[in-house]
This record gives sequence, C-alpha cells and structure tokens, in this order.
Amino acid sequence: MLNISLGTIIWTTVAFLVVLFILKKMAWKPILEGLKKREESIEGALKAAEDAKEEMAALQSNNEELLNKARAERDLLLKEAKEIKEGIIAEAKTNAKLEGDKIVAQARETIKLEKAAAITELKTQVAALAIEVAEKVVKEKLSNDNKQQELVNNLIEEVTLN
Amino acid sequence: MTSKINTLKSFSSKFGLLTIAATFAFSFAGICSAQDHHEKINEHVDDAADHENIHSEEGEGAPAGWKSWKSDGPGGFIMHHVADGHQMEWAGFQIPLPVMLWTDEGFQCFSSSNFYQEENEAHVHGMEGHAFSMGDEYIMINEVIYYLKENGGIHGIEEKVMKAEEADLLLAEIAILEKEKEKANTNDEKTSLNNEIAALSTEEKQLRKSAIITAPFDISITKNVLGLLLVMVIMVFIFLRVAKRYKKREGQAPKGIQNLFEPLILFVRDDIAVPSIGKQKADKFTPFLLSVFFFIWFANLLGLIPFLVGFNIAGTMSITLVLAVVVFVITTINGNKTYWGHMLAVPGVPKWVLILLTPIEILQMFIKPTVLMIRLTANITAGHIIILAFVSLIFLFGAGSEGAYWGVGAGSAIFMIFMYLIEFLVAFLQAYVFTLLAAIYFGSAVEEAHH
Repeated sequence: MLNISLGTIIWTTVAFLVVLFILKKMAWKPILEGLKKREESIEGALKAAEDAKEEMAALQSNNEELLNKARAERDLLLKEAKEIKEGIIAEAKTNAKLEGDKIVAQARETIKLEKAAAITELKTQVAALAIEVAEKVVKEKLSNDNKQQELVNNLIEEVTLN
Repeated sequence: MTSKINTLKSFSSKFGLLTIAATFAFSFAGICSAQDHHEKINEHVDDAADHENIHSEEGEGAPAGWKSWKSDGPGGFIMHHVADGHQMEWAGFQIPLPVMLWTDEGFQCFSSSNFYQEENEAHVHGMEGHAFSMGDEYIMINEVIYYLKENGGIHGIEEKVMKAEEADLLLAEIAILEKEKEKANTNDEKTSLNNEIAALSTEEKQLRKSAIITAPFDISITKNVLGLLLVMVIMVFIFLRVAKRYKKREGQAPKGIQNLFEPLILFVRDDIAVPSIGKQKADKFTPFLLSVFFFIWFANLLGLIPFLVGFNIAGTMSITLVLAVVVFVITTINGNKTYWGHMLAVPGVPKWVLILLTPIEILQMFIKPTVLMIRLTANITAGHIIILAFVSLIFLFGAGSEGAYWGVGAGSAIFMIFMYLIEFLVAFLQAYVFTLLAAIYFGSAVEEAHH
C-alpha cells in the first residue's frame, strides 16, 4: 500500500500513458468536438429563434404602422366626406333660400301686379257701379246728363283708395 | 444545470441502491463463509505469535487473509487486504497471477501458485509477514521476492537481517558518541572520539553492504496491477463507445451510454477545467483531466465492489505516484514566464524575504503533487481499513459468545453499509479533488501576469 514497488510503477506508467494516448486521440477528441459542435448548433438555433422573434416583432410593428396609416386615411376620408356633405347641405340651403326668396319676390311682384289690376278693375267696376247708381239717382233727379257726370267724376277723384 | 444534476442524482441513487443490496448480500455471505474459520480463530487469537503452531494446524485452503489474522491479529488481517499481492483471493479461492521477474539470467515468467503452496511456507526470523519459498531459487517475504540461493538460503537471509540489526545498533552507538563529542572539553578527547566514530561508521557501512538481500527486478502482474489494467480496459471500452455515439449522432441529443457520461464529461470540462485554467487554455488539458478523473473514479468503484478480491488501486502509492508525477511533468512543461518568475522571485516582495520565500516556492513545486499522491492513497486506503475494521470487530467480539457474534455482526453490518455509502461519496470526491487540484496547478502554470 505505502511501499513503492518499481514494477507497479512501470506497469502504471505504461498503462496510463497508453490509455491516455488512446483516449485522447480516439475518445476525448471526438467527444469534446461533438459536444462543442452541438453546443454551437444549439446556440445557433437559439440565436436564429431570437432573430426570428425580432423579425416577427418588427413585422408586427410594421403591420401596426400600416394599420394606423390606413385608419388615419380613413379618418381623413370620413372628415372630407363630412365636410363635403356639409358644404353641399349649406349650398343647397343657400340655393333653396335664394330660390325661395326669388319665388317670394316673384309672388310679391305678381301679387302687386294682380293687386294693381284688381284695383284698376275695382276702380272701373266701382266707377261703373257708381255711374249706374248715379245714373239711376240722376235719372230720377237730374235731367241733364252731362251735369250729373261731371259731378260724379269729381266725387270719385276725391275718393282715394288705399 | 438542473438536468445535469438530476441525471447524476438518478444515476447515483440507482447505484446507491445497488450497493446497499450488494453489501447486504455480501456481508452475510462473508459472515457465513467466515463462520467455518470462526472456531479456529478462537483457538489461535491468543497464541497468534506462535508461528510454528499455526503452520501445523492451518486448515486446508484457508485464505491467506485468515492466516494473517492468526499470525498478526486484526491489524495483519486488515493490512493483508489493503496491501498488494501476487495472487487474488475470492470467496476462499486463490487465483494465481503471473509472476514476472527480470533476473540476472534474464526474463522469467511463472504462475504465482508456485509460491503460494503450503509446503513452500517458510519462516524467516526477524522478517515480518508470510514467507513462501520457490525451490531453492526465490523466496517471497511479505509479497517481496528475493533470491534464495544467492543470499545463502533462509539461513543466509536471517544472517543478513541480523547484520542489518547490528548495523542499526552501531548507528545508535554512533549517535551516542556524537553527543559525547559535543560535550567533550579537551581536544584529545575529541580526536579519540572522532577516531572511534570513524571506525564504527566504516564497520556499519560494511555491515550494511553485506546485509543487502539481493532481489530480482519484480515486474509481476500483481493484484492491483491487474485491477489497474482492468480499469484501463473498461475505460477504453466505455469511452470509445461513447465517442462512437458522438460521431454517429452529431448535433443530436445524447442517448444511452452517451447520456450517462455526458453530464460527468461536462462536469469535468465546465466545472473543473474551465474555471481553474481559463476558457482559452482549458482545451489543452481537458483530455488529461478527463482521463485522470475517470481513472480514479472507476478504480475506486472497482475497489468498492464487496468481496471482489479487494482491489485497492487508487490506494496504492506506486500508482498514485505515477499520477502525481504526470501532473508534475505537465505543470512543469507548461509553466510560462509568469509561473517561473513567480516561483523564483515573488513580485512585490522585499529582496531579503525572497531568500526565505524562493526555497519554499521551489519546494512547493514538489510538495503539491506529493500531497496529491498522499491524499488520494490515504483516503482510499482509510476507507478500506475502516470497513475491514468493522469486519474484524465481528470476530473479535464474536470470539466470546454466539450472541455477541450475531449482535456485533448486525451492528457492524449497519456501520459497514453506512461506510459504504460514504465510500461511494469519497470515491467520487477524491477523483474530483485530484482532478480539481491538478487543474488548479495547470492553471497556475499557464496563468498570464495581471498585476
């Protein structure tokens, strides 16, 4: 156990060095290389996944941006449409007002004319009526036709309508 | 990280259960098979020192372990199991191993069963342990093989031992005279004492020279060498298979045996090599660290298999010495300017302190691997010794009565199971500690200056 035996030392040295050489060349090298390769591939895969995730995120933010843009455009369009609508309505309103005013004015004109015509007619009729009345009156009272006519005309002139 | 730990946990728990089961089974098997010897031990514990007596009454095919119990008590029994040997013992069978000797006449190879025969048992006065002779050519005393004829037979060896003892006595005498010389007042006294010392020391040297027991160069496949080779074969077999998996399933998830060892390989690489050496330089040392880690761990696990010939691979100084030397050589070869600069002149320290510090630093270069070697040997051996001590307890107490035999047996079995579980931890821990410290030494050798 504690005594040193040269024979054992020789056997150990030879066996250990031979096995160390064999294992180094044929076992540890492929094992450590394999481990390294696998670690690298795992690391690569993880990195690729991370990259894909980032790309996804970028894509998503892109989408969001597009959506926002579309929304803004829509809003703009709606606003414009609203404005147009309001414009149209306002125009229509003014147009209608103008037309109405025109119609009213026309109506007024017509009324005025009609009124004038009516007055004239009324005047004529009243005159005729008055003449008739006067004629009848005068027929009874006056013999002279001309004198009577003069009198009536004077009377009518004095009457102012309106 | 968590998955790594989980795999380790499930792995260790499976093995843990296996050990408990195996320990139970083997403890009782051991107790039962030992019961036959129980009676004999009772007779011999008292007159253990009487070797002649034992030789005549030794049972047929009794394992050498029990023989050591009879001759040297539980201490001998334990040391016999912990020590290296030229044969393996398993459940009462003796399995011979090849003995290879480089002798004066060239290379010799024969079975160790040539030694371990009852008729070959010999006794050499003054030499502890068991002796077996082989013809008139060799004698094996306490597992060390010496020439027999060349040393003048057993009698010649005994004489040589006596001479060595005489030389020791002379040395003690010289020491006494040296002390007297210091006290001596006159020059005359001093010169006469000096002459006496010179005469004694030449005599002592001559005695020492003639006391050397010549031995052939023993390169036998001993029990622990066989265990070592077994571990090496297992390692090559397992890791070549693991490597094949890595080549076949490149970039894919680990599977099977690859999955079993990957957490450990990653543990050595990421938790031992990289933190101690640094990411860039660790690659160079990782193969060695992996080899050492798995070698020590497998060796320890092999030594823990109950009643399997009791391999004590990482508890053998000759084996850990080689590991420590390899660590030392790698550290020294890879030492950079900073490392040597730091050793020869610690920067930022006054010059007069360096006179003290530099020798310590240089000494430390050798002390570090030595400590590595002793720690591993002592820890592994200590674990074996404790378990064997519990086994010995059964027979020590059991010598009194049947009740004590079973009572202490049960208690010892429980403690043994407990120790086994600790040993499982120690098996891994010592592999880890050795690898970690080796990695730290490598790290200090390649570290760049940063002050």
